[in-house]
Amino acid sequence: MPATADATAALKLRFPQVTDRASLDHPAVNVPPADLIALLDHLRTDGGFDLLTDVTAIDWAEGVSPRFTVVYHLFSTARHDYLRVAAACADNLAPTMPTATGLWPAADWHEREAFDMFGIKFDGHPDLRRILMWDEYPHFPLRKEFPLAGIETPLPDLEIAAETGASLKPAPMMGGPFVASPGEMNLTEAEPRAKDESWTERREKPEA
Amino acid sequence: MVTSSTELAYNSKIEGEVVVSRADAVINWIRSNSMWPMPMGLACCAIELMAVGASRFDIARFGAEVMRFSPRQADVMIVAGTVTYKMASAVRRIYDQMPDPKWVIAMGACASSGGMYRSYAVLQGVDRVIPVDVYVSGCPPRPEALLDALMKLQDKVKRQPSARNLLHSA
Repeated sequence: MPATADATAALKLRFPQVTDRASLDHPAVNVPPADLIALLDHLRTDGGFDLLTDVTAIDWAEGVSPRFTVVYHLFSTARHDYLRVAAACADNLAPTMPTATGLWPAADWHEREAFDMFGIKFDGHPDLRRILMWDEYPHFPLRKEFPLAGIETPLPDLEIAAETGASLKPAPMMGGPFVASPGEMNLTEAEPRAKDESWTERREKPEA
Repeated sequence: MVTSSTELAYNSKIEGEVVVSRADAVINWIRSNSMWPMPMGLACCAIELMAVGASRFDIARFGAEVMRFSPRQADVMIVAGTVTYKMASAVRRIYDQMPDPKWVIAMGACASSGGMYRSYAVLQGVDRVIPVDVYVSGCPPRPEALLDALMKLQDKVKRQPSARNLLHSA
């Protein structure tokens, strides 16, 4: 751990824009999006971080600026240490981030997932399509304003939708089991949208 | 005719190679003892489904060991696992490709009701897109539970007026 702490200090000498990021486990740094690729390139070629283990994103909720942060988890297979790099998207409405697929091919599907779930566009990505939901799905499910139960949407295959009359309906939550209970961490405020989902299979969701 | 024969099996010497029965009974006997499954393995229930097919539980004892990955050769679709909305259309299309008569077993909590996946991505029960004949509880169900479901389905098939249905549809 101290070796990597020195590494972040050396990193800050080379990239003065880099700041420390609060972290409970591995060293972590913040970087502006403009310097992200240069920093990641340096970490990969000179820093020994040859493995990109994860690319994900954080939605800090509507009204917060910056709203979206993209997080990169790097791993050095030689030294067995991790580094976390976070970059905040400049635009809160149409968030973008330069792609890391040129550095690690592993970034391809991770970035597609972040695009699918958060709607973050990765500039320069070779094939930025949704990876989990179907292409026509209109929402970004891991954004804070999206309810866990879902929003009524037609099925991906309109022919099947017409034949069966089925559509994507809000799932009946009935109080649990994945609804955060109030208490520690102020989860009531963190996930308020699941609280009023009292509809069931028999009683349809009331019109808003 | 009074006979001293205590044989329970068919004896061609006595019966003269003629069996008298009802068309329903014959058709249903054939159908229910050769139900070829379409293994719609979508999640962890498919592992139990494999166990049902393997030697320890041996679904072949009930004539349903011929897993057909072509829906056109299948009689019963075993929906084993979580059906997402993205998959639901494909499940329905595969069901539509199965020739009549066809049946559906919803295996496990997810296929029956969405199970623990109360979320935006999961169809809350496969019966929203295809008609289900037998629901199996469990997460995943024991192999015996699936065998029980198959026997329940066989009972259901044996009660069907198959001859009338065939003549009416012809």
